[in-house]
Order: sequence, then structure tokens, then C-alpha cells
Amino acid sequence: MLQIKDLHAGIEGKEILKGINLTIRPGEVHAIMGPNGSGKSTLASVLAGREDYEVTGGSVEFLGKDLLELAPEARAGEGLFLAFQYPVEIPGLSTINFMKTAVNEVRKYRGQEALDAAEFLKLMKEKMSLVNIDKNLLTRSLNEGFSGGEKKRNEVFQMAMLEPKLAILDETDSGLDIDAIRIAAAGVNAIRSKENATLVITHYQRLLDYIVPDFVHVLYNGRIVKSGGKELALELEETGYSFLKNEMNIA
Amino acid sequence: MNDGLSTIEQQITSDYKYGFTSDLDADQAPKGLNEDIIRFISGKKNEPEWMLEWRLKAYRHWLKMEVPEWANIKYPPVDFQDIIYYSAPKQTKKLNSLDEIDPELRRTFEKLGISLDEQKRLSGVAVDAVIDSVSVATTFREQLGELGIIFCSMSEAIQEHPELVKKYIGSVVPMTDNFYSALNSAVFTDGSFCYIPKGVRCPMELSTYFRINAQNTGQFERTLIVAEEGSYVSYLEGCTAPMRDENQLHAAVVELIAMDHAEIKYSTVQNWYPGDKEGKGGIYNFVTKRGICAGVHSKISWTQVETGSAVTWKYPSCILKGDHSVGEFYSVAVTNHHQQADTGTKMIHLGKNTRSRIVSKGISAGVSHNSYRGLVSVAKNATNARNFSQCDSLLLGDRCGAHTFPYIEVKNNTAQVEHEATTSKIGEDQIFYCNQRGIDTETAVALIVNGFAKEVMNQLPMEFAVEAQKLLAITLEGSVG
Ligand SMILES: Nc1ncnc2c1ncn2[C@@H]1O[C@H](COP(=O)(O)OP(=O)(O)O)[C@@H](O)[C@H]1O
Repeated sequence: MLQIKDLHAGIEGKEILKGINLTIRPGEVHAIMGPNGSGKSTLASVLAGREDYEVTGGSVEFLGKDLLELAPEARAGEGLFLAFQYPVEIPGLSTINFMKTAVNEVRKYRGQEALDAAEFLKLMKEKMSLVNIDKNLLTRSLNEGFSGGEKKRNEVFQMAMLEPKLAILDETDSGLDIDAIRIAAAGVNAIRSKENATLVITHYQRLLDYIVPDFVHVLYNGRIVKSGGKELALELEETGYSFLKNEMNIA
Repeated sequence: MNDGLSTIEQQITSDYKYGFTSDLDADQAPKGLNEDIIRFISGKKNEPEWMLEWRLKAYRHWLKMEVPEWANIKYPPVDFQDIIYYSAPKQTKKLNSLDEIDPELRRTFEKLGISLDEQKRLSGVAVDAVIDSVSVATTFREQLGELGIIFCSMSEAIQEHPELVKKYIGSVVPMTDNFYSALNSAVFTDGSFCYIPKGVRCPMELSTYFRINAQNTGQFERTLIVAEEGSYVSYLEGCTAPMRDENQLHAAVVELIAMDHAEIKYSTVQNWYPGDKEGKGGIYNFVTKRGICAGVHSKISWTQVETGSAVTWKYPSCILKGDHSVGEFYSVAVTNHHQQADTGTKMIHLGKNTRSRIVSKGISAGVSHNSYRGLVSVAKNATNARNFSQCDSLLLGDRCGAHTFPYIEVKNNTAQVEHEATTSKIGEDQIFYCNQRGIDTETAVALIVNGFAKEVMNQLPMEFAVEAQKLLAITLEGSVG
């Protein structure tokens, strides 16, 4: 469903991604790991279509379309979701209203009828229980004054609401607490299916105790330098990233 | 000059000959302002002598006044002799079908979700018996009449309730108050009058919409609302659809009077033509709105959503005279392109234990300027006065300006006056976050702006709030990205 070929991208003239190759098929869970500064967040931002980043080469195909040609909202319409590491606050806008707009915009993009209030409420209740989120949280201003765990839960709730085909979780923060990890993982596992794929971006092996990946990739200095099964994550935890430097120095 | 006069005389005589009711469409005074024009207006409306005298007094005073220049707005001087002061009924060109409407206006109507019939009514398309707004209005009036509520046009009130009008007109905003209120007092053509008797709670939101002849009451509107002891009324001014209006200058006066334990809630959604993207055209809106909490425990609450006009100069105020009275001001002012708004409020604490609350949300985009100007004044005898003011500004882009001018005058040391102000920008992060959820930038801006303005929007009656939200979005279209 996602095919990244020789992707080069950077910011302010500085090249950060230096030729990424990655293929994700439906039903798979991929993890991208790597030391700080290796370009993990950049990859997530480029896939989601953040304007600050400039793509200088390569291609990304998503469900048969040229992803890089699409506006960010069209990417969402096509079924790409990014769970943000640091979701922004929007004062005065409740998650419920935000999601009502988002769900219906995405439906419009897909040529589906907008949900009316009753239908929306039904969908919301269903997803609320799926990801175990409290209604109070959803009536408050989006992310305003939320704890780290609440923000995470809210991102996962939004993911469940929008039913993406490919969910990208930006979990690069090594300071992520165990609660937040559990919440994110439970959410991902709840919506995991044969049709959907997940890309988890993390610095932290620990997350992968909860979300078991089919594939693990190591990103270093803008390139995927190693790929393997879930055991690669364990290996990395034992040896750390220091081996990379040695390998790369030789290369 | 002499020629001008004879024309007027001719018109007056011819009017007397044919009567007032016939051929109203052709009714128009010549350009310019002088005492004869005022006599003409007053004569047209068949006003009693005292009303004419009052107008003339205002006019003579106005002649001695100067255009106020303290506000943070810039516009070419208005030529007051180049204005037609009477034209009734003020009707824009009759259109034969909706196809003749400016397509841009049409698109806006559609975005607002305004029904076709309503679109026709608003844009002056001849409607044949489709909306029976007259009978709707009559039904409401009968219902109100049973409660003793008077709700009619100012012209009717002068005819039918002269004692009330005489007693209260100019009692809150004296004709000499300011340049524009003096002008309005001299030349006002119509407006609304509303009287709620003792102990009556008005069962519906009163809106000009439901009043006969409500449309196009003219550029010099005069509104007077009196709430007797223990009564309550909620009044909605304006229309949430974008009215195209060829008048350059609007100078309205609104006066509210609340007796003991009475409450008046006054909501406005103002969306006069703001001019085009280059800043050409558009309405100059110079309004004097003031309410007096005359009685103990009375309350006046102003809510305004200002999205239109090229220039807005407007400070709905409360005089808190009665002990324990409460004044509130909730405002959202949006400016885009070349619009300028200088708006705010005055809370004048005179009585004891009086309270006021000011919530102002300014939103600026394009190269517009948006100023909040507020005065909180606590008189010597106003013990235990409380005020809380919150003034927030939201900027879209970096070519617009937001300014805050809070003035505080406290002459009693038991007063507690609090002022908070913030300025923020719509962040790219916020927009990207919305984009990532499938929401395009325009809709994202609307969500963020409506969130920002929520505290004020919540004060509006429900149906009004929904349309006001859409209006904010339309006003800011194309201002980001
Ligand atoms: N806005 C920016 N301007 C300049 N350099 C940046 C910017 N954002 C990230 N970088 C640089 O790009 C590299 C990769 O960053 P990032 O994608 O955040 O890595 P990771 O998520 O793996 O820690 C780092 O060297 C970082 O300093």
C-alpha cells in the first residue's frame, strides 16, 4: 500500500533523508528505529505533507497514488493518519467538534454522505469504548491542558474515528512514559486489521514490547541501514545504536 | 442653494398634494443637509411639532461639532452634503430573478445555507407571496400585544406612543453626546421601538426580522428599548446575511433603559458591506449604543459580532446607575483585507455593588486593523464596584494589526478592576494538525477562529450563533495559505 523509493528530503537546504526505501503491505506493522537526529520525525512529516520540508528526490506511492502530489488533507482523505508526538492545542474547539468536522470532511473526500448528529454520536460512542476514553476529555478544548497520557489517548481516539488505512505513530520522544506507551499500543492493537497497516516510529525499544512489529528498520543518518524481524528490536536494545557508527564508519 | 430650497419646497408641496401613502418608491429628498431637509423628513413622517423641534435642536448643535478623530481609524473625510438623508422606502434596485444577483453574493448565501426565498428577500428580488413575512409579523405582534409589549417601528411609536418616546428618547444618549449621535438625532429616519411592561418576560427573541417594514430602515437608525421593573427582553439586531448596501455612511443610535430588576440582552451581528479586497467601497459604521441600568439589580448585556463595514466605530456601553446593577459586553470583531475596526465599551459604575464584565475577541487578517478601546470608570460613591475585562487578539498573517486601549478611571478605593489581554497568532502547526485530519486550510481557520471566539458566540441565541459562525468563516476566506 505504501512504497517509498529512494526518497530524499530536507529542510532549509539541508538534506536529512538521503534515499529511503520502504514497502508496507496491508496488515503489516512496521517499526522504524534509530538514534536521535537520524531523520525519523522528518520521515513522518514528509509522508504527512508538512510544507516546511522539501522533497528533493524519489517517489512515494500510496494505494496507487503519487502521495507527494497530494495536499495534506487529501492524504488524510486517502487514509493516511499521523498520530503526533506533540499534538497542538486549539482553545475553544472541543475534540467532538473537531472530529465531527474531520470525519465529515474525509467522508466528503471519499464521496460519502456526511454523518448526521445521531450517526456521528453512534460512531463516537463505539470508538470511545474501543480506545477507552472519557467523554469529559472530548468536550474540553482540544489538547488544552491535557496531560501527556490524555493527549496520547486523544490521538488514538482520533485515529480510531478516522479509520485510516495507514497509521503513522510518531513516538520519537525517548521520554515517553510507560502509561503513554501502553495507551498508544492498546489503541493500535484495537484497530489493527488485515486491511490496515501501521508504521511506528520510535527511538525506544520498549514501545515494541506492546506493539509487536512484523518488521523493524533502523534509520541512521537519513538512510535505512538495517531491516529485520521483531528480533532486531531486541538486538538493538542489547547493543544500542553504537554498532551503527562502527558499521557506518567502515562503509 | 436657492435652487435647492425651491426643489425641496416643490417636493413638500407635491407630497402634501398627493399624500404620503402613494408613490412611495419615488420618495426622496435632494442631496445635502439643512434645516429644510430636516423639516422635510419630519413632515414626511407626519411628526408632532416637538419631534421636529428636537431634531432641529440636534442639527443646530451638530453644526458646532467636529468629526471625532481620536479613534484608531483612517478614512477620507465624509462629505455630509453629498448624502441623501431621506429616501423611503430605501430599496435597492428591484431584481427580477436570482440570476441577476452578484454571483459572489449568491455563493455567500449558499454557504450560509440561506433558503432561496430568503435569498430573494435579502437581495431585493420581487417575491410574490412566497414568504408571508407580513402575516408572520402580525401573528407575533398580536401575541406580544396581549402581554402589553409594544414592538414597532420608531415612526409608528412617535405616532402611537408619543408620551413614551418623548420621555425616553435622548435620555441615555443625549443629542449632544457626540458628532454622530447629534447627526442621527437630526435626521434619523426609522428604527425600532420596544417597551416591555412591568413584570413581563418577553416570550420570544425580538428581532427586526419579524417586524413589518423591517428591511432597509436606513442609514440613520434609531432604536429605543425600555424594560420596566422586573421585565426581561432579548433583542436581536441585524441580519446575518451579507447585505449589500450602497450607503456609505451609517450612524445609528441605540438606547436601552432597564428599571429595577429588569434585564435587557441586546445581540448584534453586523455584516455590512466591507468593501472589496483593495479596500474600495464599503460602509462606514459609526454607532452610538448605550444602555442605562437605571434601577437596582438591573442588567444590560451587549453581545456583538462585527464582521462587516469598511470602518467600524462603535462602543456599546453601560451606565450602571442602580445599586447592584450588572453590565456585560461580549464582542467579536473580525477585520480582513483593508477593514478597520475601533470598537469596545464603556462601563460607568455609579451605583454601589455594581459589576461589569468585558470579553472582547479581536480577529485580524489581511492588512486590516482591529482596535479594542475600553473605559472602566468607577465613580466616587460607587463602593464595591467590580470589573473584569478580557481582551484577546488573534492575528492571521503578519501584515495586520491588533491594538488594545484600556482606560481605567477609579475614584473609589473599594473597587476591583481586573484587566487581562493576550495576543496570539494562528499557528502553522494548528493548521497542519487540522489538515492532517482531512480538514482543508479554510475550514481549519474557521474552526480555530470560532474556538477563539467561543465565549462570545455562546452568548448569542442559538440560531443566530450558527449563522454568526459561518459568517466568521466567510469573512476570513482566503486569509491564510
Ligand atoms: N527545522 C529544522 N531545521 C533545520 N534542521 C532540522 C530541522 N528539523 C530537523 N532538523 C535536523 O534534521 C535532522 C533529523 O531530525 P529528525 O527528523 O527530527 O530526527 P529524529 O526524529 O530521528 O530525531 C537532525 O539533524 C535535525 O537537527
